[in-house]
Amino acid sequence: MASVSTPLTFDVKSIRKDFPILNRKVNEKPLVYFDNAATSQTPQQVIDVIVDYYSNYNANIHRGVHALSQEATDAYEQARIKLQKHFNIPNAYQTLFTSGTTHGINIVASGYAEILKEGDEVIVSALEHHSNIVPWQMLCEKTGAVLKVIPMTDNGTLDMDAFEQLLSDKTKLVFVNHVSNALGTVNPIEFIIEKTHAVGGAVLVDGAQAAPHIKADVQALDVDFYVVSAHKMCGPTGVGMLYGKEKWLEQLPPYQGGGEMIDQVTFEKTTYAGLPHKFEAGTPNICGGIAFGAALDYMNAIGFETIAAYEHELLEYGTEKLKAIDGLRIYGESKEKTAVISFNIEGIHPYDIGTILDKLGVAVRTGHHCAQPIMDFYKIPGTVRASFAFYNTKEEIDILVAAVERAKNMLS
Amino acid sequence: MIMSSIQEIQQEIVEEFEMFDDWMQRYEYMIELGKSLPLIDEKYKTDEYIIKGCQSKVWVHADLKDDKIEFTADSDAIITKGIIAILIRSFSGQPPQEILDADTSFIDEIGLKEHLSPTRANGLVSMIKQIKLYAIAYQAKAGN
Ligand SMILES: Cc1ncc(COP(=O)(O)O)c(C=O)c1O
Repeated sequence: MASVSTPLTFDVKSIRKDFPILNRKVNEKPLVYFDNAATSQTPQQVIDVIVDYYSNYNANIHRGVHALSQEATDAYEQARIKLQKHFNIPNAYQTLFTSGTTHGINIVASGYAEILKEGDEVIVSALEHHSNIVPWQMLCEKTGAVLKVIPMTDNGTLDMDAFEQLLSDKTKLVFVNHVSNALGTVNPIEFIIEKTHAVGGAVLVDGAQAAPHIKADVQALDVDFYVVSAHKMCGPTGVGMLYGKEKWLEQLPPYQGGGEMIDQVTFEKTTYAGLPHKFEAGTPNICGGIAFGAALDYMNAIGFETIAAYEHELLEYGTEKLKAIDGLRIYGESKEKTAVISFNIEGIHPYDIGTILDKLGVAVRTGHHCAQPIMDFYKIPGTVRASFAFYNTKEEIDILVAAVERAKNMLS
Repeated sequence: MIMSSIQEIQQEIVEEFEMFDDWMQRYEYMIELGKSLPLIDEKYKTDEYIIKGCQSKVWVHADLKDDKIEFTADSDAIITKGIIAILIRSFSGQPPQEILDADTSFIDEIGLKEHLSPTRANGLVSMIKQIKLYAIAYQAKAGN
């Protein structure tokens, strides 16, 4: 098991050896993977855990009396405790396994359908992923609650004065991402939480983009709900976590009906199981949950501070190099930013740049990044987004920069 | 003037692309084709004629002239536009039935297959569908 000590020096070369996929070629070029904000890559240590699960103790959990079921249940519940500790969650039963951030948000949004009344207000930020917009719009349609938007400013940060204006005793819920996926902006969630609590509202923080870079302490933040996806933090797809304050989790109705989430079932009435099972109907992604725990072990062994410091170095290096390209504009220039560079070159469509970069073996994301309101704000069809992880290198950034130059020459 | 068949035109395009040694040259050529694509009349660059790809937008318009369909199209991305130019060259000015019978496998042959993949979301797959729909519509009209 990986130990939680921070290496004195960060040796990216040896880190890269943990990620088999980084050896592959794309279009006959060595892969440069800069789409980490969409999905991060998986280290061998996590792959081994997945293989071990299916090779040795694959079984359904919480149900069987046999040895395999017991082993799988233990490993799954141990993973829950790893998540609990990582996010400093008071109790394991407040650490809910989900299929990902989107699922976590939907559990809360659908529960709030029972809580909100017509005329109540909920507040979203202009920097959200569609996952953190659409469920709330659906909720507002259902309940008659009113959706308000915290506006953004030109450098890609939220307007906190405007936010304070939006708050009132009608505010029931605010949902905002910790880090914007399209721009990398780190939002002032501490301030948002404090101000929202002052008017009696609750706050859901979408931590999908923050979790790979920032170790959030949900108790220090005093946040009401925090959601993440494993696949953005070296874990597998299809698994994530929802943290909720106990009073909310008790109050919210179950999201889905099924096995595992019940206490007693008769055809007259079913009583629900307690937390966390109330929200975990059906057979979960058992292997995924266990692998999520292993991914946290892996990242914690390197250390989140080490990771953040190194990624910041990459961000500064990449920003400086890319900015030197004539006609290149970076979107999102907050002082507080994760290692994401969203950019366009004047007169060139982002799709064209992305296509040429792919040909050169560089994987970036192009388009609106599921954050159309941001693109509308800047009046652009999308951006090219390079997002770095701790296993990337400055040499790879040089390859990106050269590839962007080449694309620019071809396309202008 | 005798019009070449779709197949002949597609063969011609394949041969043109065979002259290039690598993808860079092929793309540069395609970008040139995109730049020289005859402009679509601005009045057709509206939502009525738009095909919304997630990544790039495409506009297509069709007109029937002497029992043949004339297509004009445009895109906001130049690589998409280059492929449009190739598609238009192969389909425009052809009778509806020929358009319906034709396929786009020549795009694979010139090494641009990935652009017609639905995951690209660039609007091209829908554009081809739209071209075929125009052909069906005009054929139905001619049959009346
Ligand atoms: C900020 C943010 N929220 C939500 C999501 C959705 O995550 P998932 O698709 O894992 O549910 C993403 C993923 O792109 C994201 O970046």
